[in-house]
Amino acid sequence: MAGVQVANVSRSFGAHKALDDVSIDFADGGFYALLGPSGSGKTTLLRQIAGFDFPDAGRIAIGGESVERVPVEKRRIGMVFQNYALFPNMSVADNVAFGLSVRGEPKATIAVEVQRALDLVQLGKLGGRRPHQLSGGQRQRVALARAIVTKPRVLLLDEPLGALDKALRVDMQIELKRIQREIGITTIFVTHDQEEALTMSDRIGILRDGRLVQEGPPEEIYDRPQSEFAATFLGDANIFRGDAIGNGIKLPDGTTINAASGASVPAGAKASCAVRPERIQISAGTAKFDAGNANTLKGQVSKRIFAGNNSTYFVERDGQTLKVIVQNTGAERLAEGEPVVLSWSPDSTVLIAAN
Amino acid sequence: MATTRILEWVGRIYIVLLLAFLYLPIIIMALMSFNASPFYQLPLEWTTDWYASLWQNDQLIAATWNSIEIAVITTIISTVLGSMASLALYRYEFRGKKFLQALLFPPIAIPWLITGTAMLIFFFGIGIGRGLVAILLGHVALALPYVIVVVSARLQTFAPELEEAARSLGANQWQVTNRVTLPWIMPGVIAGGLFAFAVSFDQFVVSYFLSTPGQTTLPVEIYAAIRKGFTPEINAVSTIIIVVSMALMLLTARFFKFGGEK
Repeated sequence: MAGVQVANVSRSFGAHKALDDVSIDFADGGFYALLGPSGSGKTTLLRQIAGFDFPDAGRIAIGGESVERVPVEKRRIGMVFQNYALFPNMSVADNVAFGLSVRGEPKATIAVEVQRALDLVQLGKLGGRRPHQLSGGQRQRVALARAIVTKPRVLLLDEPLGALDKALRVDMQIELKRIQREIGITTIFVTHDQEEALTMSDRIGILRDGRLVQEGPPEEIYDRPQSEFAATFLGDANIFRGDAIGNGIKLPDGTTINAASGASVPAGAKASCAVRPERIQISAGTAKFDAGNANTLKGQVSKRIFAGNNSTYFVERDGQTLKVIVQNTGAERLAEGEPVVLSWSPDSTVLIAAN
Repeated sequence: MATTRILEWVGRIYIVLLLAFLYLPIIIMALMSFNASPFYQLPLEWTTDWYASLWQNDQLIAATWNSIEIAVITTIISTVLGSMASLALYRYEFRGKKFLQALLFPPIAIPWLITGTAMLIFFFGIGIGRGLVAILLGHVALALPYVIVVVSARLQTFAPELEEAARSLGANQWQVTNRVTLPWIMPGVIAGGLFAFAVSFDQFVVSYFLSTPGQTTLPVEIYAAIRKGFTPEINAVSTIIIVVSMALMLLTARFFKFGGEK
């Protein structure tokens, strides 16, 4: 096991900068998600760490050892591919045995290790099957067993759950997390699914256009995004844009929004405030408010979407559509077209410098 | 309903006619190789004399062995070289790759008569002259493009992640090729090999240009024999070859399930 350090890595393909001065420290034993839209460079970064491709500049170290010029077959990594990449001409057991067999391990050792790996992914009895006889979830497990049986220093997963349906994906998320804890391997996981990144990882790195936008534990990124992109890509956010006034902003119509956390922006500069939809209280327009410290806005419900345990309200306000999510507590529901008052605490508001 | 039935019958008749068109001449030839009359007189009088006298015809037997030898060596050389070339074209990007791939097709389209003349001049120019070596070199050159085209087509269905997965598990280039890529393209390699064998074994034009009276192949020898005067020995040797090559084809098709299994 080992941590992975990526320092100032850049990689261009022709004129396209796929990675632009990216630095991330992946702690030993951690579960790390690289999150970003397609073309953000997350897969390129994973391939640099794997050793399929070498950086133009920068340093990559695994367990303290520089590897940026070491080819993949010598890096002692384990990788799970998006479409599993199981060898179609081999049985499940031979697939899992492949890594040990090319290293020239004795047959008896291979048999024991393969069985242990298959047991770990709960496929102990399916060693004799061919990959095409397995379901998607089972193939996923075989790919995982094959990747970890060689005891790699780091496990790399490229959108491993992308090809599975929703229910199976949730099962596999739990399963993957269990196996990762059990063997304690440093895991780096590429995904474009924000929910997957939030539920599974210890830390998340958000990438955009080849740059690392923000990096930290899921809670921190969700609660204190440092850019509009981070705020809207990881979860939903209402963004208000205006001029900075100390701890908040003044909207074009003169309303102020106070934020208790976030960047410090010099007064008068362009800035935004981000608020999560579930942090906003919505009440009928006639209700009285204790203004106090709270941020309040008036608006009109344009649409309500009922989803069982919660409802999403779309509220029109000064040409902007705001999103509010309300838990289904049995309280009275607001009708479309109704004037409403929105209020939320500055603690739920993050100040973001304009980029 | 009625039209469907009619169409079904049209289909059946079509198949029968097609098979007759393909196989009737061969069947007649095979039957005549067992006919006592050398002038194709009916009714058929059963005999195996022609096979017996074939056994005495040293020239024909020598030419048959030459053909088999050259076809086997051509198959081995062009399959190995062709498969390696296909892998290189698949894996690597290099200057002039597109041009090189485009160059593969003209040899298939250029009439053999022209290729044969060109080879004859060329081999005389560089001092190889005519003979079995020249025939072998010519056949390898003719067969190579076929192998490359067939193996490359198979490689198009190969998932490149499989090689990446093998490398991520610590396999070196040799192990990747040997244990992952080759097993996948094997049906293509076999098919390419069969093509190479057929191109060489069937080859008349180029062989005719490059052979000498002592050193010749079966098709050239058959042609020479027919010009001297036709004997049903030719039917006999042809029948043997047809039986053997059809058996080979059927066996390969059975083992490698062309087009069937994924």
